[in-house]
Amino acid sequence: MTTLKSRALMLSVAILVFLLGIWELSIPAQKAAEELTEYEILMGSATPKAGVPPPSEIIIKVYEELSNPFYEAGPNDKGIGIQIGYSLYRVLTGFGLAAILAIPLGFVIGMSPLMYRSLDPFIQILRPISPLAWMPLALFVIQDSEGSAIFVIFICSIWPMLINTAFGVSGVRKDWVNVAKTHELGVWKTAYLVILPAAAPTIVTGMRISIGIAWLVIVAAEMLVGGTGIGYYVWNEWNNLDLTSVIFSILMIGVVGMTLDSVFGILQSRVTYQE
Amino acid sequence: MTQSFLSVEGLTQRYPSSESGELTVFENLDLKIEKGEFVSITGHSGCGKSTILNVLAGLDEASEGVVIMEGREVSGPSLDRGVVFQNYSLLPWLSALRNVTFAVESRHPEWSADQVKEHANYYLNLVGLNDGVEYRKPSQLSGGMRQRVSIARAFATEPKLLLLDEPFGALDALTRGTIQDELLKIWAGTGQTIFMITHDVDEAIYLSDRILLMSNGPYARIAESVEIEIDRPRSRGSIVEDALYYDIRNHLVQFLTSRSKEFSGPSSESDGHLPKMVRLSENSIIKKKLMAL
Ligand SMILES: Nc1ncnc2c1ncn2[C@@H]1O[C@H](COP(=O)(O)OP(=O)(O)OP(=O)(O)O)[C@@H](O)[C@H]1O
Ligand SMILES: [Mg+2]
Repeated sequence: MTTLKSRALMLSVAILVFLLGIWELSIPAQKAAEELTEYEILMGSATPKAGVPPPSEIIIKVYEELSNPFYEAGPNDKGIGIQIGYSLYRVLTGFGLAAILAIPLGFVIGMSPLMYRSLDPFIQILRPISPLAWMPLALFVIQDSEGSAIFVIFICSIWPMLINTAFGVSGVRKDWVNVAKTHELGVWKTAYLVILPAAAPTIVTGMRISIGIAWLVIVAAEMLVGGTGIGYYVWNEWNNLDLTSVIFSILMIGVVGMTLDSVFGILQSRVTYQE
Repeated sequence: MTQSFLSVEGLTQRYPSSESGELTVFENLDLKIEKGEFVSITGHSGCGKSTILNVLAGLDEASEGVVIMEGREVSGPSLDRGVVFQNYSLLPWLSALRNVTFAVESRHPEWSADQVKEHANYYLNLVGLNDGVEYRKPSQLSGGMRQRVSIARAFATEPKLLLLDEPFGALDALTRGTIQDELLKIWAGTGQTIFMITHDVDEAIYLSDRILLMSNGPYARIAESVEIEIDRPRSRGSIVEDALYYDIRNHLVQFLTSRSKEFSGPSSESDGHLPKMVRLSENSIIKKKLMAL
């Protein structure tokens, strides 16, 4: 008897093989040079045309790139590992700064109805702004593309964490707060021993949403500011008309995004409690 | 007259309500409890027992009136008043043991971790939670086990006043009996004062010095304070043979089944007064005299 999990895995593999097979078969093979007519040579179409590459080519590319991910051969030729490293550095810095601000502020908002009401209009107006809309202002004020990219990540990571923390903290069961009160726990101990663990699942959910958004936004931000990073890499390979590399980097963006998400998924299951 | 350990004066609790604008749970309630007394309160569901207990604990503020304990007005909760909540109120992310140790830590901040753990385990043992059960989270415990953790937590902080809201409600008869006896032992050993809510008439008689009878709400009143003049130590087996036992029991049941409805509506007197003291021993003496005639 196979378990549901292993059957699902088998089906996933089958779907993958099927889709890749269709893709592979639907792309006409490049004609060999001797088969070209004189006319075709004259018309210049003999140079290999940019087209969607078949999966086999991409798999070879993945192998090549991942077997040497950290090479550095000039400003426009860096290994994928280095590019992802730059992107991760920006995402984690912006996200970290946002967490340092959003979680304590969310605590305050969640504990105090006055703060909640007075800050709510600001949050409601700032939150729907596309983080990239901040980019020109950031570039002007910060005068540094690196700092601007981090700022954009910071500003897009802040809202889910802030709102979820405030929501989680304000929703802590009154019974638990009463337990803290009857045991004279004091503000800090109450926050650390009761409110934080009670609200942790909601807070971590906010962090998980934030890191997901940050990873979405960094690709676009790096396309704008250029220089380094996975977003810049995609754009650069597009300019080189190297679609194999474009597809490869898209794949890598997905893999890294999934990894970031699952890290927070693990954290989430750690802090979740059953009532 | 010396001051009582705990005295409640003119206690009134109103809540805003949609239909009539205001719900008066009780009004002008007066009550005195002496140091070391074991007082139970009983009455129908929703009459306001938990509301009184929350005010005594300092968790809720009454609309009017004051609670004075040892000469000082109660404002806000304190470790001197330990509460066993009706719904246990354990912290679900902590093990049973941690649920007790955090309380012990805040009572005795100067103790070492080992001392705290030993103290907590002593009380968990007392309520029959050991052999690894203490390391489980509340969600992995039965209702009765959770209730016992909650009891152990309150015992372990050794408050001057124990406030118990139906502390034995979820326990089977055997466990209930054991923990009741432990409670009596602790109470006898420490001189604590106990205020307990219960729906169980036999439990109330077995444990209490005095039983307060609360009439139905709204405008609930503590109508009577029935003295339980049965000598201690009491034993579960022989208490039922005491001549007074059935008189008291009948009196309580009769109150709960019929007389508790009679007091509804706002009280006519504006100033509150203490609940009517009832001594059934006097009754039975009169009864015996009547029978002798
Ligand atoms: N926060 C509140 N807001 C409005 N009404 C309330 C509130 N708390 C309690 N009440 C009302 O006060 C009354 C007394 O409630 P309380 O919980 O004290 O009853 P109880 O005697 O403990 O009942 P039970 O035996 O079922 O526990 C009820 O009618 C309840 O609806
Ligand atoms: Mg109640």
